[in-house]
Amino acid sequence: MKGNDMRGFGQLLRVETRLYLRDVGTMLATVGLPTLVLVVLGLVPALRRPDPTFDGQTFVSYFAPSLLVVTVAVAGLNVLPTMLATYRERGVLRRLATTPASPAALLAAQLVITLAAIVASAVLLVVVGRLAFGVPLPRHPLGFAAAFVLGTAALLALGLLVAAVARTAKAAQALMAPLFLLIMFFGGVYLPRFLLPDLLVRIGDYTPPGVQALLDSWTGTPPQPLHLAIMTGIAVLAGAGAAKLFRWE
Amino acid sequence: MPVIEVTNLHKRYGDVVAVDDVSFTVEAGEIFGVLGPNGAGKTTTVECVAGLRVPDGGEVSVLGLDPRRDAAGLRERVGVQLQESQLPDRLRVGEALELFASFYRRPADPAKLMTELGLDEKRNTPYKKLSGGQKQRLSIALALVGDPEITILDELTTGLDPQARRVTWELIERIRDRGVTIILVTHFMEEAERLCDRLAVIDRGRVVAVDSPAGLVRRVAPTQRVRFRPSAEVDDRLFTELPEVTTVERTGGQVVVSGSGDVLHAVASVLARNQIVAADLRLEQSTLDDAFVELTGRRITE
Ligand SMILES: Nc1ncnc2c1ncn2[C@@H]1O[C@H](COP(=O)(O)OP(=O)(O)O)[C@@H](O)[C@H]1O
Ligand SMILES: [Mg+2]
Repeated sequence: MKGNDMRGFGQLLRVETRLYLRDVGTMLATVGLPTLVLVVLGLVPALRRPDPTFDGQTFVSYFAPSLLVVTVAVAGLNVLPTMLATYRERGVLRRLATTPASPAALLAAQLVITLAAIVASAVLLVVVGRLAFGVPLPRHPLGFAAAFVLGTAALLALGLLVAAVARTAKAAQALMAPLFLLIMFFGGVYLPRFLLPDLLVRIGDYTPPGVQALLDSWTGTPPQPLHLAIMTGIAVLAGAGAAKLFRWE
Repeated sequence: MPVIEVTNLHKRYGDVVAVDDVSFTVEAGEIFGVLGPNGAGKTTTVECVAGLRVPDGGEVSVLGLDPRRDAAGLRERVGVQLQESQLPDRLRVGEALELFASFYRRPADPAKLMTELGLDEKRNTPYKKLSGGQKQRLSIALALVGDPEITILDELTTGLDPQARRVTWELIERIRDRGVTIILVTHFMEEAERLCDRLAVIDRGRVVAVDSPAGLVRRVAPTQRVRFRPSAEVDDRLFTELPEVTTVERTGGQVVVSGSGDVLHAVASVLARNQIVAADLRLEQSTLDDAFVELTGRRITE
């Protein structure tokens, strides 16, 4: 099936955005959840005190990058692939293919919305962290932007790869669940990383979206090139695989 | 001038031959039926016509164009209602129509279509909340919103109650009256008989006949069926001996004698000779159903 042009992209983006905003539950889970966790943690006074365990940062500051992992994982590994698999399962993509609009345009619109949700969530987290709990703004903004963009790209590409091979929304979720748990675990979401054995922490450095690069750039060290290169590699490989394997039906 | 020509179409999925050898032509302005049991290859055939599937063999020409090579041009001119295709749950009726209209260069007026299809009150209703009949009407509206010259409707009334089905039939007749050529895929005899100008009967991936419904009925040896309730036990052999009779069946207390020629007279004579009275005696003529059985050797099952 042909999907190489973008006819209908603008109209689809508008309508899909409206549908996204209508689904308040999903929207709050992607955009609001990490900030909500941050607020809950920030209400505990002990977690707002600088601590030598975290190089003199507060636990809240130390944990903030892991909350970014939550956003990217929920939006990229859960919401997006489920959405695309549902559209394919219900024949929405084929139905579009019979009109002058392209099903690829729908895919692109979904990607744009997912990115927008991730960015909105990150901005909300950084701003609330700064204003309410004195979490410093990322001290190496360029490095932070690079780590965030590449890490997000790597996870989204993985999500698209799963959406490409899963035949149904159920299958997509079944494939996604273990991946999601691993990403969250290595991202230090379940157990803060200082509690993990060193080996697991090292593995986590290279697990998308790359929580160490986020933490480094947030606290002022430039992210390590190897970390960024790995994220780029995952994004390119998984993205190419998704493009090759994606089925419209 | 035919607007659609399908010649020796062949399509397989792996080892499964879905369409073996299908040929037919559709004339401008007619309702052309594609009739056959489930799994016959109807959907595959029309999806090749719509350019959604690539045939493994044969030729398809739509409005003089190739559905694959000239896909972009044909999508403006052919409206499709796919079997088993749904919309996002939260999309509202009005939004769906306006969105689809925006894809076409010269769309029909979505507001007018909504009125015509009785969807005005549902304008702000999300897809999820529509009844089966309303979903089908929306699906027809979406197939028409590009103001197409041809529309393909696949199993439009499957799953609808008889009332909603009749409403849909009237709609389809009105669409034809606007000059749109319609390919109607169905496995309902009654629907084919009522709506189609001509139809292709498809069985196991092959066309077994193309004709008008009346032509198909005429084509098979005219069957006469005499149905009655005998006043006393009667031996089947009394009837099967008759040259006019081909089969004798019993359902409940009824005897059904079928054959050709003057079956009624032959049966009446036998009954009189044996002093048997026939209650509820009825004579039935052959129908499209019989034509189908004759052509394919089996009954279409729902
Ligand atoms: N996507 C597919 N993959 C594999 N087999 C298919 C597919 N679609 C249809 N078939 C098979 O092809 C045959 C014809 O199917 P179809 O064209 O849907 O028939 P109909 O519409 O008359 O019910 C059936 O045996 C069906 O199981
Ligand atoms: Mg079918």
